[in-house]
Amino acid sequence: MDKSLKQLAEQEYEYGFITNIESETLPPGLNEDVIREISKRKGEPDFMLQWRLEAYGKWLQMKEPEWAHVHYPKIDFQALSYYSAPKKKSAQSLDEVDPEILDTYNKLGIPLEEQKMLEGVAIDAVFDSVSVATTFKDKLAEAGVIFCSMSEALREHPELVQKYLGTVVPQGDNFYAALNSAVFSDGSFVYIPKNTRCPMELSTYFRINQAKTGQFERTLLVADEGSYVSYLEGCTAPMRDENQLHAAVVEIVALKDATVKYSTVQNWYPGDKQGKGGIYNFVTKRGACRGANSKISWTQVETGSAITWKYPSVILQGDNSVGEFYSVALASKMQQADTGTKMIHIGKNTTSTIISKGISAMKGQNAYRGLVRMMPTAENARNYTQCDSLLLGHECGAHTFPYMEVKNKTAQVEHEATTSKVSDDQLFYLMQRGLSEEDAVAMIVNGFCKRVFKELPMEFAVEAQKLMEVSLEGAIG
Amino acid sequence: MLAIKDLHVNVAGKPILKGLNLTINPGEVHAVMGPNGAGKSTLGNVLSGREGYEVIKGSVEFNGQDLLALSPQERALAGVFLAFQYPVEIPGVNNTYFLRAAVNNLLKSRGEAEIDAVDFMTLVQEKLKLLHMDKKFLNRGVNEGFSGGEKKRNEVLQMLLLEPKLGILDETDSGLDIDALQMVAKGVNHLRDSARSFIVITHYQRLLNYIVPDYVHVLAEGKIVKSGAKELALELEEKGYGWLEEQA
Repeated sequence: MDKSLKQLAEQEYEYGFITNIESETLPPGLNEDVIREISKRKGEPDFMLQWRLEAYGKWLQMKEPEWAHVHYPKIDFQALSYYSAPKKKSAQSLDEVDPEILDTYNKLGIPLEEQKMLEGVAIDAVFDSVSVATTFKDKLAEAGVIFCSMSEALREHPELVQKYLGTVVPQGDNFYAALNSAVFSDGSFVYIPKNTRCPMELSTYFRINQAKTGQFERTLLVADEGSYVSYLEGCTAPMRDENQLHAAVVEIVALKDATVKYSTVQNWYPGDKQGKGGIYNFVTKRGACRGANSKISWTQVETGSAITWKYPSVILQGDNSVGEFYSVALASKMQQADTGTKMIHIGKNTTSTIISKGISAMKGQNAYRGLVRMMPTAENARNYTQCDSLLLGHECGAHTFPYMEVKNKTAQVEHEATTSKVSDDQLFYLMQRGLSEEDAVAMIVNGFCKRVFKELPMEFAVEAQKLMEVSLEGAIG
Repeated sequence: MLAIKDLHVNVAGKPILKGLNLTINPGEVHAVMGPNGAGKSTLGNVLSGREGYEVIKGSVEFNGQDLLALSPQERALAGVFLAFQYPVEIPGVNNTYFLRAAVNNLLKSRGEAEIDAVDFMTLVQEKLKLLHMDKKFLNRGVNEGFSGGEKKRNEVLQMLLLEPKLGILDETDSGLDIDALQMVAKGVNHLRDSARSFIVITHYQRLLNYIVPDYVHVLAEGKIVKSGAKELALELEEKGYGWLEEQA
């Protein structure tokens, strides 16, 4: 039994391999010339370059935020490379994609070849800084849905990008968003036309490969009036000793009567037990419910990254609009997570639900940080927040920082919070029924997360559950 | 099947069992009775391997194995089942999922094929029927929000599914109404056969009307002070434990 436990503990991060491909990587450093070079290589329209330069100007004036409950050495932004692309790039068809890259996605369980594709899920695969393949494009086009890389969107649909980019997360929103606005390399673009139900799940799969490279993708998702879309993103990275920066921005616009469901399974390399290596995941995600009766729902399962700094938020502008945030965040080993949401109620009868489940194990530190703001115009707005923490062991920590600002007397805000430990009684009960200690812990944790996993698309809920089991291996005993 | 010899157990440094001897043969049902604090629950806990029970002296042999050298999981897989006095809630874990995981774990440890979801449902519904339990039980969290009686029935359901070699019932009858008590007894009697043994720990003779034991033991002051046939339980019901405690 000891032997099997040891094996489990050692089989830690199964996506940690490195792909050997030739890349074109810009030399480290950041200045206006680098930004011009990125924009040029991507063949962007001029408005985009100007927008990037404006963002860069703002970034230079800004300071790195220090309010989060995370600790790490200062990042040397001049030591990073801001652009890396596989040499054989922008494939027109899958046959042109570098076989090494296809093989990478196969190893990750994301087959891109047509015959093996997941039924009913269209995938945009982003490798380092660029999108390498998007599946099911034709089928989506029949429905009028645009699902492509951001670079392609800038070439094919510049008017749509220009209309919406930066309208939810402005260039100078925060330090990392400003940096992203200046140097973002690629990402996904989605547009769902009026009264259209997107015929399949959309998914983007992010893979960081190159060393000493920042990954800055930018995702823009626009759901026009009366449309519906469910979108999922997954992320993995190789095991490397040095930390890698990932500073993404996701913007969602939901117009009148539109519904967007955005799910994330984040499994970036978390670093080792001593805290060496791992991804710094400093991400800005925000959705705007612009029209009446619109709805944006965020579901996130955050098991990876050395540091997570992320607050998927909803601006509830349209009357009767709905914002939801379902989150599971695991901080094990030396991981630090500071995550939560902001629900900004502006419209009448707007409602928001926040369900946050934080799990801390080994020396992990997990913080929930949430803001619920009821503006003076938010007549009869409602919020319900439930924030639960589960502790495994004695060296980990759980922290809760809920903020509430209520400026309308008819608004209602509810907050419930619990902190619990996996008890010896629970473990013994399950082991007395023949389960191993590892299986018992995984079962208890999965039970704790159930309310959130339920919100994920079916096949990903199973994946999330397995991911949680793998991430917890070696976390006890 | 089970041979407990001169067992001394401390809990938090305090001696609880002080030289307990008990031998159980295949197919036998042994009732263990006794006053509060005599060490009855300690017996169940130490046999199933709970932490915090320190064996100072003595041995326990189970089907030729040194039981005390095994982990709780290994004991369970070897066929020792404890029906808990206070079953624990595992919030959010679906009861069916848990039951099937437990059964499959056992099958796997024996090198047998796992049972698929459909066959498992057939199996579990058969057992539910026997215990007059509602199917709704299956979709709830493990013991989550169960009444005392429901929890105890869920214990017996697990025992029926896992078919242990040695079933230990730790005051499974406490807090049960007569209907629930009869269901618990029915479950145990259903499992009784020439190879399977039981230790029934109880305060009251009442349960033994339904689960008729082969032997009755009185545990007092950490030892078995009297053993007899099923009639001993009736005698205890009448006289109490006082006269035996004096002997101890």
